[in-house]
Amino acid sequence: MTIREGTSQTTQQSLYRRMVLKAEPGPPRLRNAVMAFVSGGLVCMVGEGITDFWERVLRISHKQAADPTVATLIFLASLLTGLGYFDKLARYAGAGLAVPVTGFANAMTASAMEFKREGLIFGIGGRMFQLAGAVIVYGVVTAFLVGIITGIVRLVR
Amino acid sequence: MMYLKAFLVGGLICLIAQVILDNTKLSPGHVLSGLTVAGGVLGGLGLYDKLVEFAGAGASVPIASFGNSLVKGALQELDQNGLVGVLTGMFEVTSTGIAAAIVFAFLAAVTFNPKS
Repeated sequence: MTIREGTSQTTQQSLYRRMVLKAEPGPPRLRNAVMAFVSGGLVCMVGEGITDFWERVLRISHKQAADPTVATLIFLASLLTGLGYFDKLARYAGAGLAVPVTGFANAMTASAMEFKREGLIFGIGGRMFQLAGAVIVYGVVTAFLVGIITGIVRLVR
Repeated sequence: MMYLKAFLVGGLICLIAQVILDNTKLSPGHVLSGLTVAGGVLGGLGLYDKLVEFAGAGASVPIASFGNSLVKGALQELDQNGLVGVLTGMFEVTSTGIAAAIVFAFLAAVTFNPKS
């Protein structure tokens, strides 16, 4: 595709944009997918290990140990975010670190840190849920609808 | 064996999210919210708990489990208290995650300063 003289500027711009789109390399999809699978799997496997750990230390059932496990993973993710290591790892892991609960913790910690300069109330307090809020909103709305529908279905039966 | 199942199922959920991210224009916010909704719907159908039984942390660590926990809490109190239980019970199961995230995010933000 060549840009001929005399064509209007907007045509030239759209031609140029098409050339750029053609020449631009896409995201390395296969590598990203493999990295997300391996890193996400590893995070969950570590989670399983932490669950076994709390099960033994706190002498609770495996199912009950899921709660302290989530708290531990959140603690680790917040700590790594605070120290500045999380972003470096996430660059390789992609969804592998974003999809586990570590991503939720990272989103909240990173927002709180970024807006710290706006103060304790409006910054840390107000902006903490800037990114993670969507997950809570849609989770809660889903739970409400599923709950109401289930309730109605049970009444009808 | 449980470790292998956790690796495979957890990895697979992350793989699906990555493929959606790379092949559509959806943002991470869209994908994570979508996974949460999916977890909630599967929870309502009673399927997500079966996945947790099968894969342990492979299913309970990804964010879809948050949607499932919200629904689970709502349904538990629906049984006990009727429709109002949907509102009172919602955060019953998932309180750990939200409380821990708020506390640790706050402490990290007070302690550390962003680099760059």
